[in-house]
Order: sequence, then structure tokens, then C-alpha cells
Amino acid sequence: MRAEDILVPTPAGLWSPAAEVHIDPVRPVPRALITHGHSDHARAGHGAVLATADTLAIMAARYGTGFAGTTQAVGYGETGQIGGATVTFFPAGHCLGSAQILLEAGGRRVVVSGDYKRERDPTCAPFELVRCDVFVTEATFGLPVFRFPPATDEIARLLGSLALFPDRTHMLGAYSLGKAQRLIALLREAGYDRPIHLHGAMVALCRLYEERGVPLGPLAPVEGRTSGREKPALPGEIVLCPPSTLGDRWSRRFADPVSSFASGWMRVRARARQRGVELPLVVSDHADWEDLCTTVAETGASEIWVTHGEEDALVHWCLTHGIAARPLRLVGYGDEEEGAAPTETEAAPA
Amino acid sequence: MTPFADLLDRLAFEPRRNAKLALMEAFFREVADPERGYALAALTGGLVFQHAKGGLIRGLIAERVDPMLFALSYDYVGDLSETVALMWPERPGRNAPPPALSEVVEGLSNSGKAALPGLLSGWLDGLDETGRWALLKLITGGLRVGVSARLAKAAVARLGPVDADAVEEVWHGLAPPYLELFAWVEGRGAAPASVDPAPFRPPMLAQPLDEAELAALDPTAFRAEWKWDGIRVQAACGTAEDGRRVARLYSRTGEDVSAAFPDLLGMLEFDGAVDGELLIIREGRVEPFAVLQQRLNRKAVSPKLMAEFPPRIRAYDLLAENGEDLRALPFDARRQRLEAFVAERGGPAFDLSPLVAFDDWEALAAIRADPAGAGAGVDAEAVEGLMLKRGDSSYVPGRPKGPWFKWKRDPKTVDAVLMYAQRGHGKRSSFYSDYTFGVWRIGEAGEELVPVGQAYFGFTDEELAQLDKFVRANTINRFGPVREVVHEPASGLVLEVAFEGLQRSTRHKSGVAMRFPRISRIRWDKPPGEADRLETLEKLLPA
Repeated sequence: MRAEDILVPTPAGLWSPAAEVHIDPVRPVPRALITHGHSDHARAGHGAVLATADTLAIMAARYGTGFAGTTQAVGYGETGQIGGATVTFFPAGHCLGSAQILLEAGGRRVVVSGDYKRERDPTCAPFELVRCDVFVTEATFGLPVFRFPPATDEIARLLGSLALFPDRTHMLGAYSLGKAQRLIALLREAGYDRPIHLHGAMVALCRLYEERGVPLGPLAPVEGRTSGREKPALPGEIVLCPPSTLGDRWSRRFADPVSSFASGWMRVRARARQRGVELPLVVSDHADWEDLCTTVAETGASEIWVTHGEEDALVHWCLTHGIAARPLRLVGYGDEEEGAAPTETEAAPA
Repeated sequence: MTPFADLLDRLAFEPRRNAKLALMEAFFREVADPERGYALAALTGGLVFQHAKGGLIRGLIAERVDPMLFALSYDYVGDLSETVALMWPERPGRNAPPPALSEVVEGLSNSGKAALPGLLSGWLDGLDETGRWALLKLITGGLRVGVSARLAKAAVARLGPVDADAVEEVWHGLAPPYLELFAWVEGRGAAPASVDPAPFRPPMLAQPLDEAELAALDPTAFRAEWKWDGIRVQAACGTAEDGRRVARLYSRTGEDVSAAFPDLLGMLEFDGAVDGELLIIREGRVEPFAVLQQRLNRKAVSPKLMAEFPPRIRAYDLLAENGEDLRALPFDARRQRLEAFVAERGGPAFDLSPLVAFDDWEALAAIRADPAGAGAGVDAEAVEGLMLKRGDSSYVPGRPKGPWFKWKRDPKTVDAVLMYAQRGHGKRSSFYSDYTFGVWRIGEAGEELVPVGQAYFGFTDEELAQLDKFVRANTINRFGPVREVVHEPASGLVLEVAFEGLQRSTRHKSGVAMRFPRISRIRWDKPPGEADRLETLEKLLPA
């Protein structure tokens, strides 16, 4: 059986002829497997959806419980038969519930990795390496300039700035699903035990993480203002907010705010300057260049398919290392979270 | 190097002018001589290293990384220094201390070309990413951290009770690491003697006129002049202590541009400083900016170039004469002195920019709309509007609000179709922000779009994100960093482009070249088939 009988790119997303399912489709389909809850991968309106219980809970929180005709939860490592293929979900280490999907048929193994990272993340199950024949990977940060420092170093920089500017509110821009909770957990590990203040868009997903067993410590939603003349709020505190609120009118209530943003894009200075970030933190939930290359090699795959992102460089690296590779140029991914250019406002419907 | 690298890093992310000043002031207070002096030299563009160039850096990185990966990364980041700083392979266990800034400056100045690659790669191995970035920025000479030389000098002035303009006036007699300057500002030494007989005097700049405010202004209090479309210069001449004649031409930022105009320099034989516009004047006629541009940016100034593009200063102010500083005088008094000065000494090197007489604002508006008919005559193409100056205004450095206004002519606009897009540099890197656009004409194969210009500003950050998205979603071809975007009568994007003037051009396929084009509006609503035609533009060409 050829790899193309197991998986092919189509305008609706990746399609498995053997299993007769789509994976992370960008338009409504009868049957979908979903890798994780970010809105460019997990969309509402499919007939039947198979995903991890955490991903289904995230989708229900964002779209309402009727987001699909039927849903079925699958645990990591559980194997099931779908049509002519065997399907298994493995942890991807990207955010709560995120999975790689292994499709097996006729003795060939294809892994769709969704979004993934190798760095430690206390809020989700760690990435598990799955050996395969064809490895399907994204390449959002697929350039050698994207080498991320340890996230703990970046947290230390944030705490250093708080010590340096004890009277200024530190507005920490972060995507509301995954990044926000990871930053909170990392701050707690670094010994920061003060309440962390949340923009309204952050509250529901933080609550969901806690309900599903990820402790985040004391959290406080930012109160609304009754007039414009109150004294500046929350000096010396951390406020987690969607990136689009940095420099927005919402930020005016705070005490001489320091604008910070945690994202892999912050590795490139121009990206940070473009949106007026004063304290860029290079923290990403995607694999950096080194981890993309390492993972591609470690899967033992003889063929790499690159879905989207900076595919040219990763394909070139594979070819120069004796691994067949091709870009799929899938459209419709990278519109939420870090895949998006940081000037675009967050597309989170939550 | 580390404190300097951290300063540059923080400046790069700090948009606020006052905060930039505070950061630099703190640095100059905390860091000792000579490190801070070399930092000041770097911030004011005073360090030039002859042998260390972009090519050297490219060579070093080429030995260490795959060339294709480098090319893709450079295209993405849009900045050589940052690309190399990010990609430079770390050497775990090397553990050499990072070099001091003075060590770097002295090393670069005193080493021969052959020793540089080893020196530089050793430093890069010892530095972290921020340090590597700062070192490479320093070497390539483009710090681009949003700090002008003037702002850096203002930060130095804040160390003591010294005015920023006072620093400016002694500046040209000083050299890195500026020990004498710091000693003076901190009250530990005497003011450096202004040994320069032809110093730069910071220019006075005009505010753009808000037409709504015009009614509140008294027309009799103001004088009007043509606003010439050349480059603002200051010609300063004097005699040094040893009797040597010194003549210099400064740009409005204080850069010495004398070397580009030896023909003009040779003709300056006064003692004082003239503020004016550098123009190309041929057969008694002021040429438009496009002609001046052919003389600028040439490395070698050949006799042929000088003969073909004779420069002249059109003088509009006199700042000093025979050792007397005139800047405190009101404009009308300076103007009298200027007129007498030009009558006596003017000629091929400089002439007088005339005053434009007017009775009221309506009359001046009519003059602005038609400079050719209002006295500018054949020079009208080099007029980009009017200057308004209060008769009682003294000459104040900077851009004070109230005494001087510029009132530019309304731009012309054309609806053109987006054809190609390219990633920008600096702040715009990784966004498709340079747009080539075209208009319709009848070609050999029927209707076709012909490119008429390129623009990379005029839009907001939000519009940039929309344009970038449009380009990515509508690419039909890729040529290296350039993307061809769909441009059919029924599909594509129309851009309203504003521009200041139009020239004939043999370099462009369309035969026309725009002056100062920018995107004034994105016409999401307009089908490309309804964009303008080349004939419309051709009607705007000068006869």
C-alpha cells in the first residue's frame, strides 16, 4: 500500500482514503480526527469527531456542546480500527489534550503530528516519539534563526523586570489556550505565588485547565472600570491578556504598563518592534528549528511531508540529510495562536 | 561589550523618546570612560571601520552554515546582523569572556585586513545572541535603534547643566572616546574650545500647516517663500587658527557632505553660515528633484558629472557672518542681512530664494495652487509648496510649533493595480510591504498592465497585515523574495497611490517615474479593470 492510499492533502485538509476520515479539516466534513483544540485545527460543524477527551472539552468550551453531530473520546495509546486503517493517538506536548495521530494500513505507518513541541510543559503530557514511514510535520518556526532559549530563562527575565519596575503593571500578552496556562504554571514553579490577573478572554480556559487537573494557583479576573478616573490599577502585578490588548485602550487602566509578549515570533526583533513590545519573551509551544530537525530524524521516517509554515528550509534540510521531503502548502492553518502573524488579532472565539 | 549590547537591545524595543533619553543617560552615568565614549561614538555614527564590512560577515557565516538555509533565513529576517547573530553556531565549552567595547573598537581600528576574520569569529564565539547582534550592528554601521545623533548628544548633556545645542556646537572639534566632553559636562573640566572655524549649527525646521488653523493666523505677520524640492544644506566657511580656509557643506542632520560637492565647495569664499536648498540649476532653470538625484548617491564625483549637474545653493537664511551670530535676530532682520550678503557675494555658488508676496490667505492659496503662474515660472516643477515664516521669528534649532510652517502642494493620485510584492526590511521584515503597481495600456497583445512605480509606506500596521495576507493568499508566481500577485481585470487589488510629481524615465518600461509615491488608500471595493490608464498619467508629465 502506498502512503497516498493512507493520506493525501485535499482542499478540505488531510484526507485518509483508507480510513475515510479527514484530519483537522478546515471545512465541515462527515468524519474528522482532531489533533488539538486550537481553532485552526479544531473547527465546529463536522458530522462525527474523534479526539482526546481534553480536546473535546476545549472544543465544547469554545463552540458550545453542539459543535459536532457526534463525538467520541480516545485516550493516548488506545488503538482503534477505522475503515481500512488502524488509528492511535499519542501525546504531542503542544497543549492540553494535543495529540499526534498514527495511521497504519498495509504495513505502512503515517504520523500526522499536528502541532508539537519537545520542551517541557507542566500543563500537558510530554511529546512521545512515534517511529513511522511518513512523518507529517508543521514548520511554523522552520528556519535556523528560530532557536528558542529555555522557557525558564524567559520567565526569569519577566521576574527580573518586575523587580526592576516594581510600580509598573506587567501586561503579558499570550494566546489564551495553552500558552497562558503554561506561563502561569512556569511562574508558579519559579516561586511566584501572588495572584495572577486575567483578562476576561483568559478566564474560561484557565478554569477548564484547573477542572481537568492542572493547578494554576491564585487567579483573579481584572475588574471592569466604572469611570475613567480611578487611580491606575495593579501596579507591580502580572496581567495575562490576549496579545491584541497590548497597547489597546483596555491597557490604559494599568499603572505605566510594561508591554510583554510571550511567543516564538519574539525571537526576531522586528516582530517585537512591529507591535511595540518592550519586553519580548521567547516562549513557544511549537518546536524550534533544532527540535524540528531532531524529531524528523528520530522518527526514522523515510519521507517527510511539511504542511505549512517555513516549509522551504525544512524540506531543504531533509533533502541534504538524505530524507525525502515535500511541502504540502496546506491553506488555513496558522490562523490562531503562534501560527498567525502577530499583528493579526487573536481569532479565538472563546 | 555587554552593557553596550544591553543598551542597544533596550533602545531597540523602546518606542518612547524620553525613555530612550533616560536609558542613554543612565548608561552614560553608570559606564566608565572610555567605554561610554565609544558607545557615544557608535550611537552618533562616528565609528567607521574600513575593513570590516558586510562581506566579511557573510564570509564567516558561509563557513559555518548551509548557504541555502542562510539565504532563506536572511530573506525572512531582513537584516544581515540579526540573521547572523541568530544563526551563529554556539560552541559549548568555549567559555571565553565577552570582549569589552573598547577592545572591539581598538581591535577593529588597529588590525590589518588579514587578522579580522579570526578576531571577529573569536568575539562572536564569546558573546551571546544580544552581544553578537550588537557587535555586528556596530561593525556594519547601521545600529537602527531609533536614536539620532542629536538624541544621543542630548542624553550626554543631561549629565550636567549643559544645553544639547551647546554640545552640538563643540561637537565637530571632538573625537572618540570624548573624554574632554564628558569631563566638561560633568563639571570636571573646561568647555572644549570650539576650534572648528566652520561648525554645524542645528537647523530650524517647520511644522506642517494645518489648514484649519490658517484663519487664526495673521497674514501680515508672515513671510512666504517657495518650498524647494532639493536637499536642505548648510554652507559654513571660516579661517582656522593657522590661517587655513575651511569650507564645509552639512546636511540638515549635521553630516558633512562636502566630499560630494567639490565644485560647490571651491566657490564658497565667505565667512559665516548660509542655510539653503541644494538644487541643480541649468540654463537658469531649477531642475526637479529627479535630476538632482542623478548627482546624489554617486560614489565617484567625476568632472563629467559635475559639468552635467551643476549644483547651487538657493539661500533662505543667514546664520552667521564675519564671526557674528545672527540667529537671535528676527527673521526680517536676518533677511535684510541675507539680501545684502547675496547681492555682494552671490553668484554661481549661491543665489537668493525670493520672497513670495501675498495679501491674504486666499491669495496665498491661489499661489500655492499655481506656482508657475505666480512667479515661479519655469522653476515651478521644483516647487513642492510654500514656506511660511513669522517675520519676528528668531532662528531656533529643532521644530518649534508656531514660527515656521510648510504648506505643501496637494499630492496627485492614481488608482493602480498591485502586481508584485516584496518583503520589507527592518521593522517590516517578514511582511510583504514593498508593492509594485501598474496601470493599463494597450500593448502588443492588447490590454496589459505596465508597472509605474513602487511604494512601501502610507498604510497603517493594520492595513499592512491585510495587504500581507492578500499577497500570501493571491500569489501566482515566486521569484526569489518577490511574489507576483494576481492582477486580472476581474481579480486583484487596486491601490490608490499618491505622489508628488511625475518625470519621464528611460529606466522604466512605462516611460514615467513617480516622485515620493505612497499608498494613500486600499481600494478593496474597486475591480482592477477600472483602475487608471497610462494615458492619464502621461497627461501629468511636464511639457
